[in-house]
Amino acid sequence: MPNTYTLIASNTVGSGGVASVTFSSIPATYTDLLVKFSIRTSNSNVGQGLKVTYNGASAYVNRFLEGTGAAVSSGNGTDEFIGDIPGNTATASTFGNGELYMPNYTSSVAKSILIDAVTENNATTAYQTLTAQSYAITSAITSMSFASMGSGSPTLMQYTSFYLYGIKNS
Amino acid sequence: MTTPIAIEVNCATGEVIERPLTAEEITQREADATAAAARKAEEDAKAASDAVAKDALLTKLGITADEAKLLLA
Repeated sequence: MPNTYTLIASNTVGSGGVASVTFSSIPATYTDLLVKFSIRTSNSNVGQGLKVTYNGASAYVNRFLEGTGAAVSSGNGTDEFIGDIPGNTATASTFGNGELYMPNYTSSVAKSILIDAVTENNATTAYQTLTAQSYAITSAITSMSFASMGSGSPTLMQYTSFYLYGIKNS
Repeated sequence: MTTPIAIEVNCATGEVIERPLTAEEITQREADATAAAARKAEEDAKAASDAVAKDALLTKLGITADEAKLLLA
């Protein structure tokens, strides 16, 4: 059971927005990694895909469960999609939030990751996504990059924030 | 058109770098956008189709959605 949380790094997006936020040179001194995020994108949809890339590569197997406010669905994929975040037609000034948890990120076996994310929208349509991800890499995770993968190549808007924590099991 | 910006936070040094995307990153971003649009359209079409099928079934059974929930509870 983890008993320590240490903030490794954080970033809040400034004016004008950005395409991506990357944490690099992640130290190997923890047991697990946790990222808390609060995001809004410039896309015109209510819900927008969030992607994550580890160590600059992609070899993922995803299983996800998604609710839309009116229906539920499940699916799988091999891309970097990890959940839905709000676009710029969601309720004004609201940010979706979520977290990514990666245990044993320095292990020499494939990494198992859990992600949950919600869009936050004061209307019927609001997405909630729970994703289980497996990443077939046998080296330690040293970088993690977040971006919107929505249509129109949207940006992560101002005040979007990411907080990366390291967790030790002793 | 302004080149999108990427932020890199170096966790070892605390340095934060803001730089324009590379040509390769821009290409990947455009591919992501196309794939995402297709995925979203597929999901929306399925949700709409399921809703129509559900309404048709309720009409055929002559019950409301709330009554169907009671049956399945």
